Amino acid sequence: MTGVRGRAGLRPLLRGLRARLVVAFLLVAAVSALTTAALTYREARNAILERSQDTAINDLRAQINSLAPDLPVPPSRADLDEFARQLDRSGKARDWDVEADYEGVPDNGSDAAVAVPDALRESVERRHVPAFQRVERDGEPWLLIGMPVTRAHDHAPSKLSVYARLPLRAEEANVEELVSAAQRGALPVLALALVPALFAARGVLRPVRKLRQAAGRIAQGKLDTRLEVKGEDELAELSRTFNDMAAHLEENVAELRRLESNSRRFAADVSHELRTPLAAMTAVTDVLDEDAEAGALDPDTASAVRLISQETGKLARMVEDLMEISRFDAGAAALHAYEVDVAEAIRKTLQARAWQGRVTADLTADVRARLDARRLDVVVANLVGNALHHGGEPVAVRLHAPADGRLLIEVADQGPGIDPEVLPHVFDRFYKADSARARSEGSGLGLAIARENVRLHGGTLRAANAPDGGAVFTIDLPLRTDEADEADETDEADETDELDDMSEADRSGEEEA
Amino acid sequence: MPRVLLIEDDAAVRHGVSLALRRRGHDVAAVASGEEGLTTLPAFRPDIVLLDLMLPGKDGFEVCRRIRADRQLPIIMLTARGDDLDVVLGLEAGADDYIVKPARGEVLEARIRAVLRRTAPPALGEPGPHEPGPAPVEAHGELVVDRAGLVVTKNGQDLALAPSEMKLLLFLSAAPGQVFSRQQLLEHVWEHGYHGDARLVDACVMRLRTKIEDTPRSPRYVQTVRGFGYRFGPL
Repeated sequence: MTGVRGRAGLRPLLRGLRARLVVAFLLVAAVSALTTAALTYREARNAILERSQDTAINDLRAQINSLAPDLPVPPSRADLDEFARQLDRSGKARDWDVEADYEGVPDNGSDAAVAVPDALRESVERRHVPAFQRVERDGEPWLLIGMPVTRAHDHAPSKLSVYARLPLRAEEANVEELVSAAQRGALPVLALALVPALFAARGVLRPVRKLRQAAGRIAQGKLDTRLEVKGEDELAELSRTFNDMAAHLEENVAELRRLESNSRRFAADVSHELRTPLAAMTAVTDVLDEDAEAGALDPDTASAVRLISQETGKLARMVEDLMEISRFDAGAAALHAYEVDVAEAIRKTLQARAWQGRVTADLTADVRARLDARRLDVVVANLVGNALHHGGEPVAVRLHAPADGRLLIEVADQGPGIDPEVLPHVFDRFYKADSARARSEGSGLGLAIARENVRLHGGTLRAANAPDGGAVFTIDLPLRTDEADEADETDEADETDELDDMSEADRSGEEEA
Repeated sequence: MPRVLLIEDDAAVRHGVSLALRRRGHDVAAVASGEEGLTTLPAFRPDIVLLDLMLPGKDGFEVCRRIRADRQLPIIMLTARGDDLDVVLGLEAGADDYIVKPARGEVLEARIRAVLRRTAPPALGEPGPHEPGPAPVEAHGELVVDRAGLVVTKNGQDLALAPSEMKLLLFLSAAPGQVFSRQQLLEHVWEHGYHGDARLVDACVMRLRTKIEDTPRSPRYVQTVRGFGYRFGPL
């Protein structure tokens, strides 16, 4: 569990800009520290070793110069050993171990810990140049010095050569000291580097974060969001560009909104203006119908009158639908939701239009939900009406409430179904599925209004074809009840009511109900 | 024949509605403004007022309040669906019902008849007194209801109830303790077909409470049953 969460939590952290900046900073710090340490180490080591070499060689040369004249020529083995001993003694400070060789005098079977390499002997005894060499023996560093002795009066090479061995332990220890100091210093240096790294990251990230927040506000529609521009760096440039973008966006959106609200207002105004003459005409259609039916009129006149009466009704419905749509567009459609028995509501819708005989209803009982009954009626009536009209009987209405807090009302017919090409457009305004079809009595807004009505309840309206043919429209609503949902949009009168409900006097009543 | 006072500023609508109502045997007086309506009222003595809300000058709400100040005759507002605020304000101003324009003559007729009809006790199948003959005078707490004379008194004081308020009270008090949904009340009291506007009920309950309750904020007589509707009592 934690592993998964940890990984999920860590990855964005590592991918973050801050982390990347800090890591880069630390890498740079580490590389520079290491490089410096390496260079320092090399230089220091060479310097230390060279100094000790030089002093050792000079000391040895000085000692040889002071002692060699006393050496009898040719020396015996014992003389040589004595000479070496004297040199050893004089080099107490340097702790060297000297052997002296004379051509022709056999070795004393040197028991020295470190053998003199042949190459060194070669250069000393053949080419008569002083030489030194650093060697490792059993992990211990040694300095070997070979010194050919020249004759004082003519500087000609003599047959005497002196070899000294010095342990370089102390120098090595010094160098190691250096290395470990560098190692010990590296971690604090990195830790110290973390501080400026975080500061630098913060400096870069603060404007970035501000930018992100501002972009978020723009996304929420707060188009008047602007950033404070400080300084002249790239981030300031970015902020300035962002501000320009926001300003342009604001202008464009304002312009679009203005145009949109104008056209909406126009649609609403037109419908509203149409309504008054329609109210006058609608009031008298009964009079026309009566007279046409009474046979008091000339047949032509009678049918003309009937036509006017019918079309007036259609026009009135169409204008009502237009008004309804423009209310949705303007966001002025109010939801008057009360808790209703949904099955009962659907039954009433069918009864009111005398459809009970033509529709099979499979309605789960006791589904109570907070709905605007009028709007639900409009939706169900529209779907069932369409199914009867364009689909094919029998039409089935099914209400069920799956346990996931939703409420589904399906209206299915046994017709040919909806052409797949038409399916995406069935909810479009004034979309006529069959262009050749004679104008139906619908306004062409029925399904658009139905969908808006469902949306207003926070639900969705879907259209599909059943696998065995026939169209299926599904109203999918959240199943909210008065108890579960306190927020409501009813008028003030009701709200005061709701306040009354909260009083203790009513609490007892609630429990009884 | 019911006498109808029509207050409507649009000449065509005024003419059309008058024509439709006259055809159905009503005696109609049609005026174009609220002021004119108020001056016509005493002389014409209508049984019912049809009131357009969108009037020039004194608007429908004001006219409604002025009529209600001293008369309890039925008032039906002429409104347009979706003018929600108008409906609510009109109902608060004391209107009994409303008709959505455009409306056919038969709709106008049905609404007028429904508002004018004297209240009926709850239908069969519902508990409540069904005694033939004159209903007795009932006492509910401090309220005294005379069903026959359509008089409601509280502590001996006559209460001036608008027709819809009276009908609602009589309907609810006929079955004390029984809960009626807003929808049921709309069908029984207002005789609206289904999916009428439940705000009619709410607004009427509010108005009724201000007249009969001691403290309208915590009602004794007309109680709200959350999620279901209203009931009378139990006291």
